[in-house]
Amino acid sequence: MTHIKELVIVSGKGGTGKTSLAGALTFLFRNKVIADCDVDAANLHIILTPEEVISQKEFTDGKKAKIDLGRCTQCGVCRDVCRYDAISEEFIVDPVSCEGCGACYFLCPARAVDFLPQLSGHYYTCSTSSHEYFVFAELLPGEENSGKLVASVRNEAREEAKKDGYRLILIDGPPGIGCPVISSLTGTHLALIVTEPTPTGVHDLKRIVELAHHFKIKVALVVNKSDINPEYVKTIREYCDKEGIAYLGEIPYEIKITEAQKEMKTILDFAPDCEASRAIRDIHTKLQSILEEL
Amino acid sequence: MDDMRIAFASGKGGTGKTTVAVNLAYFLAYSQQQVQYLDCDVEEPNGHIFLKPHIEERTPAQVMVPVIDKEKCIACGECSSHCQFNALVLILKDVLIFPELCHGCGLCARICPTSAIKEGKRVIGSVEQGKALLNIDFVHGILNVGEPMAGPLIQQVKHNYKEGYIQIIDAPPGTSCPVVKTIVDADCVVMVTEPTPFALHDLKIAVSVAQTLNKPIGVVINRENGEFKPLMDYLSKNSLPILATIPEDKNVASEYSKGNLIIERLPLYLDNFMEFALNIKRLLEKKIFR
Repeated sequence: MTHIKELVIVSGKGGTGKTSLAGALTFLFRNKVIADCDVDAANLHIILTPEEVISQKEFTDGKKAKIDLGRCTQCGVCRDVCRYDAISEEFIVDPVSCEGCGACYFLCPARAVDFLPQLSGHYYTCSTSSHEYFVFAELLPGEENSGKLVASVRNEAREEAKKDGYRLILIDGPPGIGCPVISSLTGTHLALIVTEPTPTGVHDLKRIVELAHHFKIKVALVVNKSDINPEYVKTIREYCDKEGIAYLGEIPYEIKITEAQKEMKTILDFAPDCEASRAIRDIHTKLQSILEEL
Repeated sequence: MDDMRIAFASGKGGTGKTTVAVNLAYFLAYSQQQVQYLDCDVEEPNGHIFLKPHIEERTPAQVMVPVIDKEKCIACGECSSHCQFNALVLILKDVLIFPELCHGCGLCARICPTSAIKEGKRVIGSVEQGKALLNIDFVHGILNVGEPMAGPLIQQVKHNYKEGYIQIIDAPPGTSCPVVKTIVDADCVVMVTEPTPFALHDLKIAVSVAQTLNKPIGVVINRENGEFKPLMDYLSKNSLPILATIPEDKNVASEYSKGNLIIERLPLYLDNFMEFALNIKRLLEKKIFR
């Protein structure tokens, strides 16, 4: 049986160019499923312009408490047991503060609390113009459980890959190092980190590398907007050498990447011969040989 | 401008939340205001790079977790069947605890029929505080690498609010619960965006989060380089005021890449931040008169 490999693009710091690079790489890798795991701020669909939504699924996970004032005797037990200050003096549950632990529901002597599953988002499987599959999600604004929605997106992508015999899943990850990032990273075969040569980029880079190492995931790195500060590019290269991270190269700052985005295109589509596009093709070649060796 | 809480959010990462927040903090301190800066982006805190605080106090951030007394546990499964977060799992005759999944609600300890569960504490990160440039009161949280839950640490950062200060609160990127936890008690939310389709898409979601919380919202357009009509149309259609505009400027990018404050190095931006501060005041007053 073919073995499916998962490549995830992460950064720690936001705005370093994860999605622009992911979009460009979808142009170069063949026979893959694409998954956007930045579920609370998904952007990849903007430049991939999927042709057709094949399936839309509801993501219901986690419950929220609601007090039926008709049954409520105002004894106050719920307010005592709630650790999140989610219940007002009038016994109204604030859905924003409620974490869905169920303490009030299980402990209310009058059984006046309802505890029902909440719709917290949707996830979609689409077909792209190159007849491949693309999975992305939309967490409802302000919701929790983004990590579990990421897991649903990845499962869906794996199912599609199995069905069609594709051997690669290309994942666009979220910023940060918390719950949705952990959920995007675990069990992948290679994490491609996109950083920028700034003190914030380097600071955040070290934390995402530590996280990947924590989960024993192989790391490769790309420096985007490399001409902003050559000194920091050097610092990053040295850091990679020290940490045994595969340094795949640099992408210069390119205004055309923003212009491409405005045209809803990837840079390879929009300006295939610009320096950034050439750098990305080179990075793709190196990625492919790393993936083959895995 | 005393005792107000201004939160900075964006939806999309990397639009310049921290840049705008730290420069406003610096501007206000420079204008003889008492300023407190709180970095709630605990996954990747960056404000310290620019405000250069001298850390005076470091407190471990702790959350509650169950501890099981094996002598008393009868493996009845009450705790695991009630736990909504799968933090307790009954396997054969043993209850396993997954501390990273625990929300510290304490339900398991309350319902255990043999009182075999006590609550202990677990460290998920730390809160550091001190004095930064121009005597800005500085607080940030640092989540330990590998910890999934930022929420409790964000709350512990915010336990350090000081009275009589203008609070500048830096939120994490995204539009999910850590952002809600950060902006929930702010007086207004400043959305820092840039004129691109990605940023606009995420701005819309972030705005709807702040609207659900009934916050006055203003927008800062960063890296402005000619009109991006979809953004302008969206802002005017939703009556979202533009509080400040910062043009695309190589000098700004260069100072940023050295960890410098814009208004300290490029004084021509003092006017932008003066206007920005006044607009925030107007935004808040409009709320009072409404």
